[in-house]
Amino acid sequence: MATRGFTGRRPPETTRERLPPGQHLTDDFPVLQIGPNPPVDLATWRFTLREGARPIRSWTWDEFGALPRTRWGGDIHCVTKWSKFDTAWEGVSFDDLMAAAGIAAPTDFLLAEGYDDYTTNVPVADLVGGKGMVATHYDGRPIPPDHGGPARLLVPHLYFWKSAKWVKGLRFTQKDEAGFWELRGYHMYGDPWREQRFDGD
Amino acid sequence: MTEPPPPLPWTAWREATITAVAPITPRVKSFRLAVDFADSVRAGQHVDVRLTAEDGYQAQRSYSIASAPDGSGTIELMIEALPGGEVSGFFAEVAAVGDAIELRGPIGGAFVWGPEDGGPLLLVGGGSGIVPLLAMLRLRARVAPEIPCRLIYAVRTRAEAIALAELEARARDEPGFGLSLLTTREGAARRIDADAVAGALAGLGDPARVFVCGSNPFVAAASELLLAAGIAPARIRTERFGG
Repeated sequence: MATRGFTGRRPPETTRERLPPGQHLTDDFPVLQIGPNPPVDLATWRFTLREGARPIRSWTWDEFGALPRTRWGGDIHCVTKWSKFDTAWEGVSFDDLMAAAGIAAPTDFLLAEGYDDYTTNVPVADLVGGKGMVATHYDGRPIPPDHGGPARLLVPHLYFWKSAKWVKGLRFTQKDEAGFWELRGYHMYGDPWREQRFDGD
Repeated sequence: MTEPPPPLPWTAWREATITAVAPITPRVKSFRLAVDFADSVRAGQHVDVRLTAEDGYQAQRSYSIASAPDGSGTIELMIEALPGGEVSGFFAEVAAVGDAIELRGPIGGAFVWGPEDGGPLLLVGGGSGIVPLLAMLRLRARVAPEIPCRLIYAVRTRAEAIALAELEARARDEPGFGLSLLTTREGAARRIDADAVAGALAGLGDPARVFVCGSNPFVAAASELLLAAGIAPARIRTERFGG
């Protein structure tokens, strides 16, 4: 159904082919989160891998900073319909985390956990092979708190609510368990190119 | 006898007819839309709106719901015309009573309040960030007027304040509700600050729930002030507009 009188403001073709359905381009970097920024102290910061409740490996901020670094540049897409092109991130890839822990991923799924007690689920298959990282830098600088610093998950091929801010660890789960937004009707996977915003999309 | 069709899931796109349009401020218009889910809206939720051009090109945006369930079978949106806004410009200049608009919802499970959440309730809004808070005020007045509530509302000028007459009438007529209006570009030209937060808390007591909505810088500043006032982070919910 066409909307009476709506013509739209189409972006150039080069922009449109990079925009998933329903998205529009922003030059800002909007901030979306459920509450205030949590206080995160680098002196007590830990990043912990767990299998269920059992800790597998934990790093302090300094130890984390000594891990191999990976850069990623590209487009990010938020479920609230903005996309931002050509973002530049740096951090520790999931592959390097597994190597540093001396393990292979013990299960096929995990929940990323934030210092604000936010959680979101991501399949391990969407993190391996360079597809996901724990980012500490954006645009060459430490990630500011508004954007999830000191460290956030980055899974740029999924809607950005999967890229948990203020991440404190990854918890491997036996099955695909819903996180904060997924429990509230958001899609379990969240592929922007299939417009998987909500459960049933 | 035929059974009524089962209700559509909230994720299904449906056509909603505009039943009323009214100016709210020089840049904000109110739209009433007839929807089948009007009675199930929780205060603070939003809808996704999808406009389609003749050639199939589509644009989507999210808009907060200003109304609480009121038996009218409609929801109210208050849409601010943004400079160059592709969708907000359509609502400002084209949309009229009788038009069918595609939307889905209600959406959102974090920035919501209901009487079961209790109080006291502190609402902090900047500019058009008042809209989801207005739904909470309307719901409270209807079903839980005994819950103490304060609203801190920061706007540039009184003329740009959304629903100012309603807010001032509520502050006058509703025991337990207080309004702190801060105008940043006229009068005392006051932004939200520690005194504004302390003043609201003095009349309210320790809030069980705090909702903050507005632009990114407003929400960031207000959140810091609320934390500095000793409010537990888990009680504070934020929603940011723009981008």
